[in-house]
Amino acid sequence: MKIKTALKGTVLGAVTGLAMAPAAFAERGADGHVNIIYWQAPSTMNPYLSGGTKELEVGSLVLEPLARYDAEGNMVPFLAETVPTVENGGVSEDLMNVTWKLKPGLLWSDGKPLTSEDVRFTWEYCTSEGGGCSQSEKYNDVADVEIVDDLTVIVHFSVPKPFPYGPFVGNQAPIIQKAQFADCTGEAMASCTDQNFAPIGTGPFVVDEFKTNDVVSMSANPNYRDPNKPAFATATVKGGGDAAAAGRSVLETGEFDYAWNLQLSPEVLADMESKGKGKLVSAFGTLVERIMVNYTDPDPALGDERATAAHPHPILSDKAVRQALSMAIDRELLVEIGYGAAGKVTCNVLPAPAIYASTANDACMVQDIEGAKALLEADGWIMGSDGIREKDGKKLSLLFQSSTNAVRQDFQAIIKQWWNEIGVEVELRNIDSSVFFGGDAGSPDTFQKFFADVEMYANNFDGTDPEAYMANWECKQAPRPETQWQGNNMPRYCTEEYDALVAEMAKTGDLTKRAELAKAMNDMLMQDYAVIPLVYRGRVSAASNTLGGVEINAWDSELWNAADWYRIKE
Amino acid sequence: MLHYTIRRLLLAIPTLLFISLVIFLLLDLAPGDPMASIPLTVPPEVKERMREALGLGEPVHIRFLNWLYQFFIVEPQVAWDHIFGTDFSEGKQRIISFQSRSPVMSVVAERMPQTLWVVGLSYVFATLIAVPIGIVSAYRQYSWFDQLGTFVSMIGFSIPTFFSGVLLIVIFSVTLGWFPSIYDTTHKVTDWPSFLFQIKQMAMPVFVLTLYNAAQVSRFMRASMLDNLNQDYVRTARAKGMSEKVVVLLHVLRNSMIPVVTVIALGVPSIFGGAIITEQVFQVNGLGQMLITAIYASDAPMVQTLTFIFAVLIVLFNLIADILYGILDPRIRYD
Repeated sequence: MKIKTALKGTVLGAVTGLAMAPAAFAERGADGHVNIIYWQAPSTMNPYLSGGTKELEVGSLVLEPLARYDAEGNMVPFLAETVPTVENGGVSEDLMNVTWKLKPGLLWSDGKPLTSEDVRFTWEYCTSEGGGCSQSEKYNDVADVEIVDDLTVIVHFSVPKPFPYGPFVGNQAPIIQKAQFADCTGEAMASCTDQNFAPIGTGPFVVDEFKTNDVVSMSANPNYRDPNKPAFATATVKGGGDAAAAGRSVLETGEFDYAWNLQLSPEVLADMESKGKGKLVSAFGTLVERIMVNYTDPDPALGDERATAAHPHPILSDKAVRQALSMAIDRELLVEIGYGAAGKVTCNVLPAPAIYASTANDACMVQDIEGAKALLEADGWIMGSDGIREKDGKKLSLLFQSSTNAVRQDFQAIIKQWWNEIGVEVELRNIDSSVFFGGDAGSPDTFQKFFADVEMYANNFDGTDPEAYMANWECKQAPRPETQWQGNNMPRYCTEEYDALVAEMAKTGDLTKRAELAKAMNDMLMQDYAVIPLVYRGRVSAASNTLGGVEINAWDSELWNAADWYRIKE
Repeated sequence: MLHYTIRRLLLAIPTLLFISLVIFLLLDLAPGDPMASIPLTVPPEVKERMREALGLGEPVHIRFLNWLYQFFIVEPQVAWDHIFGTDFSEGKQRIISFQSRSPVMSVVAERMPQTLWVVGLSYVFATLIAVPIGIVSAYRQYSWFDQLGTFVSMIGFSIPTFFSGVLLIVIFSVTLGWFPSIYDTTHKVTDWPSFLFQIKQMAMPVFVLTLYNAAQVSRFMRASMLDNLNQDYVRTARAKGMSEKVVVLLHVLRNSMIPVVTVIALGVPSIFGGAIITEQVFQVNGLGQMLITAIYASDAPMVQTLTFIFAVLIVLFNLIADILYGILDPRIRYD
């Protein structure tokens, strides 16, 4: 057991990128039971019926895609032999076809062979009419999935896809078994409760019992492709309670081995960790807490044209004001009070992967209240007797909205203080998140309608390719009455230069060029102060000191490598 | 008495229909969207298609009638089929939860055991403890026993369960390590050690709820006993030479039970409602936790069905309490 003791040191150190499987000694099921806690309990095991992270992650223990992202954001083949690229001939030169080859000899947990029929069926299933598949965006522009032989499929796109890894890649788009789900397409999708609760998969575990919003009992998949894995014979994923209880059960009482998503204040987490039963693990994806600046006038007097491009914002159309608002913020302090180890200062709305991260805007890292004051002064905003700046009879007064959440309200209060200091009057407002993010076109309080001057929330993108995300700020993405107030361009940012960059990225295949374009778009948004980034947020989870092999992943499911997890023996 | 019961039951039907309509409209008017918890990375067109798949495209009255049909016709058929092995409900649409896309009633059935075990047992304990404490406290008013009883029930009253629950976890799970802090709903009692484990995992949530419920009932019992102990009929009974035991336990207790029965009977439906906070603290994941997660997720069919079941129970136990009055006090007759 010397090897394991030696390994333990590295595991305890932090999340390490080593392949830590205890080599030839281990066999499947040798390490007994593993207890995982997801305090937001999964409602279903079928990721195509729920877009929630909790279902996607727990489902990833059972269902697998052709390829996943590893902890560094690189694509690794899972069910496929290799990741197809233009270089290895897997992706055609015109970027219209991708050829995937399955690993030979793969079996579903019920013993049936995995074939290209299943891959094709997965596409048919998610795009079937009336089903309401939550991941159908992954299969956008797929014209056909052609079966070449038992182990080869060609995905045909209707347009050139510079980044063809939407279908069948990542935890949002795993392969499901045709034999099991054949009768569950279209409107029948929802009524197939047995299938949705216990899908047959190729992953390391098999569902034994599923209690919705409560607990999932699983055991090792007898047909898993590596005969020595998983090391655990059984697994439980428990849900319910809150993040504090979940953290306590791993870090303080040691009842559980892994607790997901511990959104707690930095002091509480540090205190729990000091009990010595487990370690916090964190990883950073692309999630950025940001303030959106409204370019349009949200004045109720405008009626139907409120917050539309027809009326530019009376004060925020002035770039100096937007810049001053950004300069007055001390991002380091925000990270410290809000997120601790789970946050970093950022000056970009596109913070990662590394090749896309710009360094051109780093000046925002340091708060500059005096600079902000001087900027406003030079621009003609003169301090009034009531401490609020004025220009041409317009007062520098803003309505700042966000969703209801303890950290966000702290942020609002402290940012208000800084803005007051530079002579901006701020009114705060918070809205329940189910309304704010609900997208109901009839409600005046959604983040899309943006009937306020500035608003704060967090957003990210799936996987590692920022093309769709950066296209959020195209002119046509602005929410407006014609789109039933849907769209992602909350600031209603609209410039021809930006739209040209978006169009160019959609037809560029070369990775370095794509990176340059993405950076250019990010810099344009940052230097126009349409979006004010605040904090680059990570995921924090906790793993017991006796659980080995944990490699937290922000690009895919946190449980992506559960097959490699093992028990560290004393 | 029978006439009265039948009349009340018939009257309950329009009442309940009205309640179900009010609940439905409230849920429909309430802000919130079942798609709100879906990440922002899912595009709005996809969300719209998901909403349609949930049946949210239909107008309100169609959805309400649909729900009534499912609740009163389809679900009883399903239950009947389940018991007698028939197939009346074959192919009919059941009430489906928005969150899990599974039938609401099967989730209710799945959640019932742990709620009845934990919340129900604590209610039984609370009643068994509170009634004697109330009697003794009143009979020996201002004695040390009464003072202690008052003190404990004040604690039970004033400390919320989210505090006492976490306090117990910190003491007994984190520091001493005696009890698990997280309830295992998959645990099955098959032998002696597994029974002991069940006791251990139930100990803390049951204690917290017992303290809370007992505090209320014992205060009512005490006050009601005190009212009666000073009545003329008690002096008369004593003057006639009846033993203290007969006076207190037969005459006074029976008369004092009337308000207490109301409190106890009307508390029973709340057992089925689960104890939302306690279930959250200990992850018991019963009906209360189910209701709160459904509310957060804007899962209207589940909230509607659960609240309606509570409404039925409340109407029913109101009737039971009224009938019990008649049994306790023959002067109260409804015919």
